[in-house]
Amino acid sequence: MQVVVCAKQIPDPATPYELEPDTHLLVRPTEQILDDTDRYGVEMGLQLAQASEGTVTLVSMGPAGNMQGIRQALAMGADKAVIVDDPSLRGSDALTTARVLAEVIKREGFDLVIAGTESTDGYSGVVPQMVAELLGVPALTYATAVTAGDGSVTIHRQTAAGYDIVEADLPAVVSVTAGVVEPRYPTFKGIMEAKKKPVETLSVSDLGLEPDIRQKVVSVEPAPERQAGEIVEDDGEAYLRIVELLEKVKVI
Amino acid sequence: MADYIAPVADIDFTLNQIVELDDVSKLDGFQHLDQDTIRGLISEAGRFYSEVIAPLNRVGDQQGSVLQPDGTVKTPDGFKEAYEKYVEAGWAAAHIPETYGGGGLPYTVGIVFQEMFKSANMAFSLCPLLTQAAIEALIAHGSDEQRDTYLGKLVTGEWTGTMCLTEPEAGSDVGALRTKAVRQPDGTYRLTGTKIFITWGEHDMAENIIHLVLARTPGSAPGTKGISMFIVPKYLLDDDGNPTIRNDVNVVSLEHKLGIHASPTCVLSFGDGGDGAVGYLIGEEQRGMRYMFTMMNTARLGVGIEGLAISEASFQKALAYAQERRQGRAIGAPVTETSPIVEHPDVRRMLLTMKAYIEAMRGLLYTTAKEVDLSRHADTEDERTRAGEIVALLTPVAKAWCTDRGVEMASLGIQIHGGMGYIEETGAPQHFRDSRIAPIYEGTNGIQAIDLVLRKLPMRDGEVVKELFAEIGRTAAELEAHDDFARFRTELSAGLQALAEASEWLGRRLEAGEYNEALAGATPYLEMFGTVTGGWIMAKSALAARQLLDAGGGDDAFLRAKLATARFYGEQLLPKATALLPAITAGTSTLYQADPAALGP
Ligand SMILES: Cc1cc2nc3c(=O)[nH]c(=O)nc-3n(C[C@H](O)[C@H](O)[C@H](O)COP(=O)(O)OP(=O)(O)OC[C@H]3O[C@@H](n4cnc5c(N)ncnc54)[C@H](O)[C@@H]3O)c2cc1C
Repeated sequence: MQVVVCAKQIPDPATPYELEPDTHLLVRPTEQILDDTDRYGVEMGLQLAQASEGTVTLVSMGPAGNMQGIRQALAMGADKAVIVDDPSLRGSDALTTARVLAEVIKREGFDLVIAGTESTDGYSGVVPQMVAELLGVPALTYATAVTAGDGSVTIHRQTAAGYDIVEADLPAVVSVTAGVVEPRYPTFKGIMEAKKKPVETLSVSDLGLEPDIRQKVVSVEPAPERQAGEIVEDDGEAYLRIVELLEKVKVI
Repeated sequence: MADYIAPVADIDFTLNQIVELDDVSKLDGFQHLDQDTIRGLISEAGRFYSEVIAPLNRVGDQQGSVLQPDGTVKTPDGFKEAYEKYVEAGWAAAHIPETYGGGGLPYTVGIVFQEMFKSANMAFSLCPLLTQAAIEALIAHGSDEQRDTYLGKLVTGEWTGTMCLTEPEAGSDVGALRTKAVRQPDGTYRLTGTKIFITWGEHDMAENIIHLVLARTPGSAPGTKGISMFIVPKYLLDDDGNPTIRNDVNVVSLEHKLGIHASPTCVLSFGDGGDGAVGYLIGEEQRGMRYMFTMMNTARLGVGIEGLAISEASFQKALAYAQERRQGRAIGAPVTETSPIVEHPDVRRMLLTMKAYIEAMRGLLYTTAKEVDLSRHADTEDERTRAGEIVALLTPVAKAWCTDRGVEMASLGIQIHGGMGYIEETGAPQHFRDSRIAPIYEGTNGIQAIDLVLRKLPMRDGEVVKELFAEIGRTAAELEAHDDFARFRTELSAGLQALAEASEWLGRRLEAGEYNEALAGATPYLEMFGTVTGGWIMAKSALAARQLLDAGGGDDAFLRAKLATARFYGEQLLPKATALLPAITAGTSTLYQADPAALGP
């Protein structure tokens, strides 16, 4: 099975970040890491590919920098990577990103595309579905378990109450949640071999696309301070108020 | 907060700005290792140690390894699985030469992995540390057949190793050991005797344990001269090469210890059940002690690293706590607020003391490790010899000075926490308890000081020491170009002068044959030596940080912090060195004035 995994390099969330004052876009350091949520996608892809003697190709968009994040995914065992790095894609919106990814995926060929549900630095959460639409294949989203083979893929789709079992014919796009599988740690050998694996860097014109970014970040505000909590005094009837509160936040 | 986060930025700065790892990467055999590759390896390994190994530190302390009624030793929950992952990931073999199935990294990078493992979980790290010593012994002195038989699985970590020297009557004085080895007609030996304090001497994480045992053959010379070294596997190999035949090596008991509870410290008995445990001679008879010396330096550096590693782990906890805990009001803070304790000058002092010593230790240890690489791989014989001399000189200093600091820093880590520091829940006490063994094993720090004075100081008629001092002097002179390093420069020069004076005084005692006069000052001398070489490292750090700041484009906050810790060391910690001069040059005068009996109650 030919698996494509969409993976993104992001600045290390543990280090301070900066936004450009006028565009409000994230300043991207040359050293970026593999988005933690993508480790799950890579692992899922590796397991499925290994079971079917297939291959895993990484597809990524964003400033390549020193490729540390891409190498991390290659070190886990992916076979090769294609990264689209083009200044004209700066501040790309979800649809543009999906167009770029879909174009690369088409060129690479695929049976199954795996992506995380949302990136840690962007959180739009819509790219996988858009990619599926652009590729003209079904999107199976929020997978907490994935099996594939014999021309079809089956997932457990996470819901508020539990999960749905969703099945589709291949080719298809699946978005996986954190925890779908336990990502492996790259081995020493894997890291050394990753250096020699093919990484192709493309520009937008290589893909014959013209980016049309429609989104602008108008302003960035700090998140509101957390409000003081409510103290419920027990006058014998406090449980009623507690039930009401729990219902309000939809946990019961 | 995570138990431990690998300080990759600090490690990177030390490797590339202070130690200049490029000098090693450009040598034959290492040329495929560019900075990005090494950085990638270190950050992935760091992630592994902090996510897989560090979370087991606490449980290891609480449960400890436990001797079972059937004579096996059960390691704490999670250790076996984590060890398996460690073996799978291949970190165990990273700096073993590729010829033997290793990763072929420089030792200098290998020691970074050791640091991270030890910060994450010191007790656990001892298992691979001893395995590595066994590997080095086999590589250097084993026969081809022995290497073929044992190295493969030791290198991957599937088998582990031990070093069995100590006996009840033979600790610091290894030459007093009595374990007996008798040659059999088939060329193998039978060993009988008891070894004590054997680290990871028995456990359930590997399918075989390869003991390297020092023992005496009949009629051998007395003292260290007559000692031989043997391979004694826990399981002997059957005809198919599988470890299935139980050898007569058994755990009698495990020690109850102050710290490193997860590390089983075993009393091992050899040949208790009959005519001896089967052993295979390494090299020739009566050369065992000589063989020990080839791995002595790396084994000692491996323990020196524990001083650094524990200080780092302890510091991370203390820093986090100091930023969170509010108590009292710092001078100048708004009246309505209590301040985080990190705002109090005394807490700042403790934190900076920890951080500055940590940086000095890291620089000193990595510098020594780099010389180990150069002593093995430099292009010319001359360079290799010169590097080997520096390793010989700096090793006892790195071992003893760093492990002494480790205990002090772990103690400061507790102090920063106040009362909570005394409570096990914070993890601070465990670091303190764990740290305490490092000044004792692998040659007590007292023995290191003796080694420095008796063996290292006189190397090449004192020229080796003088060359190092000249080098430190050159670094001190470089400080001159910067006004804000003026005090640092003065202190480094003063320290260096005191160190030269102390060295000369000791040298004269040795020449006069007044050994006891020299040995009386050995420990303060080693401390002075460490403090001044630490100052040298921190001067390099300051110069590098200043240059990078001036060049621009770097992480300014990080570099300014480097300047601050370097200056703090140079201006406030380094001056302690000169104060040691009277203790070094006092000789035995007061030490033997009082009868020990009169000192007692
Ligand atoms: C937890 C633990 C793990 C260990 N692991 C191992 C292991 O894996 N393998 C192994 O073989 N050993 C191991 N050891 C043994 C360790 O190396 C010895 O304990 C150490 O070398 C000191 O020997 P000793 O205990 O006999 O102390 P002693 O030699 O009795 O020393 C007592 C004191 O006297 C001082 N002293 C002794 N001789 C001199 C001298 N000539 N001049 C000046 N001062 C002197 C020492 O510095 C020390 O302060 C371990 C010990 C412990 C506690």
